[in-house]
Amino acid sequence: MSASFEIQLIAVVVAVTCAIPGVFLVLQRMSMMSDAISHAILPGIVVAFLLTGDLGSPWMILGAAMAGVLTVALVELLRKTGLLKEDAAIGIVFPALFSVGVVLIAQYAGDVHLDIDAVLLGELAFAPFDRMTINGVDFGPRALFVMSAIFCVDVAFIVLFFKELKLTSFDKALAGALGFAPAFLHYVLMGLVSITAVGAFDAVGSILVVALMVAPPATAYLLTDSLKPMIFISVGIGALSAISGYWMAHFLDASIAGSMATMTGVIFLTAVVFAPHRGLWSVRKRRSSQQIVFGRKMLVIHLYNHEGLPEANQECRVDHLEDHLRWDHLFATRAIKSSLQLSLIKQHGALLSLTETGREVARKSLVEL
Amino acid sequence: MDYAIDIRDMTVAYREKPVLWDVDLQVPPGVLLAIVGPNGAGKTTLIKASLGLVKAAAGSVLIHGRPYAEQRSTVAYVPQRGSVDWDFPTNVLDVVTMGLYGQLGWFKRPGKAERVAALKSLAQVGMEEFAARQISQLSGGQQQRVFLARALVQDARVYFMDEPFQGVDATTERAIVDLLQGLRKQGKTVAVVHHDLQTVPEYFDHVMLLNVRRIASGPVEEEFTEENLRTTYGGRVAFVSALSAAKK
Ligand SMILES: Nc1ncnc2c1ncn2[C@@H]1O[C@H](COP(=O)(O)OP(=O)(O)OP(=O)(O)O)[C@@H](O)[C@H]1O
Ligand SMILES: [Mg+2]
Repeated sequence: MSASFEIQLIAVVVAVTCAIPGVFLVLQRMSMMSDAISHAILPGIVVAFLLTGDLGSPWMILGAAMAGVLTVALVELLRKTGLLKEDAAIGIVFPALFSVGVVLIAQYAGDVHLDIDAVLLGELAFAPFDRMTINGVDFGPRALFVMSAIFCVDVAFIVLFFKELKLTSFDKALAGALGFAPAFLHYVLMGLVSITAVGAFDAVGSILVVALMVAPPATAYLLTDSLKPMIFISVGIGALSAISGYWMAHFLDASIAGSMATMTGVIFLTAVVFAPHRGLWSVRKRRSSQQIVFGRKMLVIHLYNHEGLPEANQECRVDHLEDHLRWDHLFATRAIKSSLQLSLIKQHGALLSLTETGREVARKSLVEL
Repeated sequence: MDYAIDIRDMTVAYREKPVLWDVDLQVPPGVLLAIVGPNGAGKTTLIKASLGLVKAAAGSVLIHGRPYAEQRSTVAYVPQRGSVDWDFPTNVLDVVTMGLYGQLGWFKRPGKAERVAALKSLAQVGMEEFAARQISQLSGGQQQRVFLARALVQDARVYFMDEPFQGVDATTERAIVDLLQGLRKQGKTVAVVHHDLQTVPEYFDHVMLLNVRRIASGPVEEEFTEENLRTTYGGRVAFVSALSAAKK
């Protein structure tokens, strides 16, 4: 495998793994929690590193998961005092934990790989150099193995608890009443977010973790109306951001993680504009096509009302419509063109008249009104 | 006597001030009960505490003689409509099927039998043609009926409903009342948080007046009195007497 391929593979696995728990964070309106956790796991990582002297050991993942769950518990505790809202509680807890991590690094781990830049942005480009070797045999980049294992854990959790997660995400009270322990599921989910964050963090840094957890599910949310497709679309968008981000970085000679984050944003914005039902574009198109339908109706009714009357020569002129119906020129042109296309009306010079179909539509519309 | 709902000495405090104080409630089976009281009286809290969703500082709850944890499968709960996110990516049938998750238990997925049951209870609330509708595209009254269908599908013995009439039009309200009275005729017990005092005597046979403490509870004709209402609603005497005038 070439280094370039390995980097892309790692990027895809990281992105896909982040998207899975991200779906439930977005649905439970806890996107900010990913931000908090991905920063707050730092002290967990540092403490585990200081105790074991090994980066990327399972202890580090465990330490991070514990720090993540601690974050959630502290936020919960602060919120329960009723003195501040959840977002404020998050805003207090995670900088506190993050700064503890930063101080610990500066004090005790200054000369190892754990430096602040790597923490924020990661360095995917170096990931292929850290190999997984057993008895001298090279199995591939270590990050790929770690992340794939986390991916399997995430998938197993979602598959096993799909029904329960759906219920607690939608209606926590009913989940509780039916005995589904929503608090327990919440902490397990947060534990997963933490494990995923620490795995991803090593490769891509904490900022990208947030982008990868939140942006693909938020994009998928615009594209579908049901949960399962939302998960698959999120995963697909994660993978797409990873690969396109890699090539963007390649051509611009930029940071891979940064480019991936940019791509998640670009894809999200594209969805905001072009999503089939919820996108700005289709909302606009729908509105304008509804307006044209309405315009056609007004037009045929107007022609119908004046049909065969002495003033018809006046009333049924193209230019008169603009005054009488208070239409701007562009809209009048479009309504007339569309009515002509559907052969609701005929045009002789500047004069319009109804066809038999047009008369029928006018009668029907009058009844509807 | 075997009460369907038997709440004793229930006290709940979110902070230092109690929102429920030493509340007792005994409801015999086969009763349609209105839980009535001003905003913030603790009606929602009473239901949540009964279902173990809120921790009570003191008190006990028995459903048909046994603790709620043992009776989950025989109790259905309709939360206040506003308590969930109606933009959630799912459809009507799916939401109704959630009522059956409790019977399915952990891990087991709903299948055809569950869908059939869910469709049947959607039909009971007149919503079968909405089965595939995305839930964000429902009106308030339709949302309420979906919630009702979700409770009906559980085929419970005891129902707790938090403001099922909130935001529904007169026809729908009438249809829901008929449904509830149908449940009572089958011997089920239905406790409903209700805000419209005028319709209490018409719709319900028992009433509980609540304002942090239990003011009264029992058959409507005995307990739904002007004096009890005055105690429950405190200062708003003019409103209450206008109401009792309307009653006559
Ligand atoms: N999670 C909570 N934390 C703190 N206080 C709460 C919480 N939930 C409710 N309360 C308080 O408890 C009291 C009772 O609330 P509850 O929701 O039970 O009232 P209610 O009778 O259902 O009112 P409404 O008619 O407005 O629905 C209120 O004063 C409310 O402010
Ligand atoms: Mg309430």
